[in-house]
Amino acid sequence: MLAETNFTAAFPVVEPVVRLRDFSRSFGANTVIDGLNLSIAPGEFVALLGRSGGGKTTLLRTLAGLDSVQGQDVLIPSSRAVVFQDARLLPWKKVWRNVALGLKGPGVRERAEAALNEVGLGHRIDAWPLTLSGGEAQRVALARALVREPKLLLLDEPFAALDALTRIKMHALVLELWRVHRPAILMVTHDVDEAVALADRILVLDAGRIVAEEHITVQRGERGDVGRVLRQRLLGHLGCEVTSEHFLSAVDVGASIVPFPQGASA
Amino acid sequence: MPKSTQLHRRIASLFSGHWVSPVVFLILWEAGSRLGLIPKSTLAAPSAVIGTLVEMLATGELPDNLFVSFLRVAAGLVIGLSIGITLALAAGLSRQGEAAIDPIMQIKRTIPTLALTPLFIVWFGIGETPKVALIAFASIFPVYLNLYSGIRGVDVRLIEGARSFGLSKTEVIWHVILPGALPSLLVGLRYSLSVSILVLVVAEQINASAGLGYLVNNARDFMRTDIIVVCLLVYAALGLGADGLVRLIERRALAWRPNLAEA
Ligand SMILES: Nc1ncnc2c1ncn2[C@@H]1O[C@H](COP(=O)(O)OP(=O)(O)OP(=O)(O)O)[C@@H](O)[C@H]1O
Ligand SMILES: [Mg+2]
Repeated sequence: MLAETNFTAAFPVVEPVVRLRDFSRSFGANTVIDGLNLSIAPGEFVALLGRSGGGKTTLLRTLAGLDSVQGQDVLIPSSRAVVFQDARLLPWKKVWRNVALGLKGPGVRERAEAALNEVGLGHRIDAWPLTLSGGEAQRVALARALVREPKLLLLDEPFAALDALTRIKMHALVLELWRVHRPAILMVTHDVDEAVALADRILVLDAGRIVAEEHITVQRGERGDVGRVLRQRLLGHLGCEVTSEHFLSAVDVGASIVPFPQGASA
Repeated sequence: MPKSTQLHRRIASLFSGHWVSPVVFLILWEAGSRLGLIPKSTLAAPSAVIGTLVEMLATGELPDNLFVSFLRVAAGLVIGLSIGITLALAAGLSRQGEAAIDPIMQIKRTIPTLALTPLFIVWFGIGETPKVALIAFASIFPVYLNLYSGIRGVDVRLIEGARSFGLSKTEVIWHVILPGALPSLLVGLRYSLSVSILVLVVAEQINASAGLGYLVNNARDFMRTDIIVVCLLVYAALGLGADGLVRLIERRALAWRPNLAEA
């Protein structure tokens, strides 16, 4: 078995980019995150799964520095960037100015252009954001995040609003960008297959705690078999019973970049 | 498509155009005047109005008085818009500002500006000051209300997105909040402009010795309905001009909107 739990040897003792110790967050009487411990190594790709309302966005907002942490033990890098489910481009700024938002110094347009070329949108550099398709807008959001060379890239269901085909392309793009820039990534997703296809480590958040943790050491693209087992386990953690027929219908996808145990083979 | 149907359609659309009914109205009006159904002291004929307009332009009577009125509106607007925008920024961008300013503005909203005319005459006399002051006072509110709610209505998700990239508070205001509130500001500007012209009409009834209102008052005394109609046309043109001006600004400033961006 190549996918193991409590597997730590792959991550030698380096200073983590993210470290939360016994972190809690509540809204009034509603405790959303409850004594959570988390550390993310530099360049690690972590996927965060969990039920709706389980506190994933709340955790991500803390890591993005959007909420005050009230003196708790929270270490986050100063260079970080977020891609939200909605691209959140400023409609009154042309695409390249959105990418360059907050950047200072000379050659800002060139930097923005380089980032846009990386996501394949160099030709839309002077477009207005409202004229972009959903997938294009999300790619601009990725460019905007990556142009800052963040140590930590936070993705909150970045592909949830995209169609299946665009999503698969985005997965490939994210992986490529991750390989080139090597930020640590924390990606919130509802899609177990997405998590299995992309991440080094998968966390399941429930009732404010991490209830399961899975490390994946199999190469991306060769995760068909392992993925199927993992998928079932993760769905179990998420409290979703899956009948065995669900799995038997799946076929290996072999060379495809993103192994979808279910959808992509059809 | 066959040519004949195309032509047919073109003719049909020509006669369903929006210009048809006004033209019919004008023809009926002219005919009524010529036939003596509409006495000159009640309403001058369109042709007479045009004649008077040309004459008043030639003698400089209309341009001179229009200029006086224009200065009043301009002065009132500059003062009113500055105050309105300043107050809206203060109330929109800070909690203390909101607590201090908004309640007063809401109270002010309940008072019809024109009802203040007698008070303004008592305070400022019957010269230029009360006229300009009334216009200024009236034009504060539309621009205040719209800009204030525009600032408050800026999508918090965009503000958060910008904050997540480490933008400072000032940068967020500059790059996100102000551009986001600009469409509302322009709506407010349009209302303020039309209100200012409305107030101008009334304010110039206060013992004016020049201006459009003066022309109207004089014409009334001499039952010159042609001059009155000319002045009405000028008021309408002022309103249209103000609207066109804001539209022009909108086209420039809001080029990012998709319906405009495509064009
Ligand atoms: N600002 C807030 N004020 C009050 N309650 C909040 C606030 N933000 C989040 N919550 C509550 O915290 C809980 C967790 O919300 P959160 O958005 O983190 O869930 P999530 O895991 O991201 O869910 P989803 O998968 O649906 O996006 C929810 O019950 C939500 O109602
Ligand atoms: Mg969420």
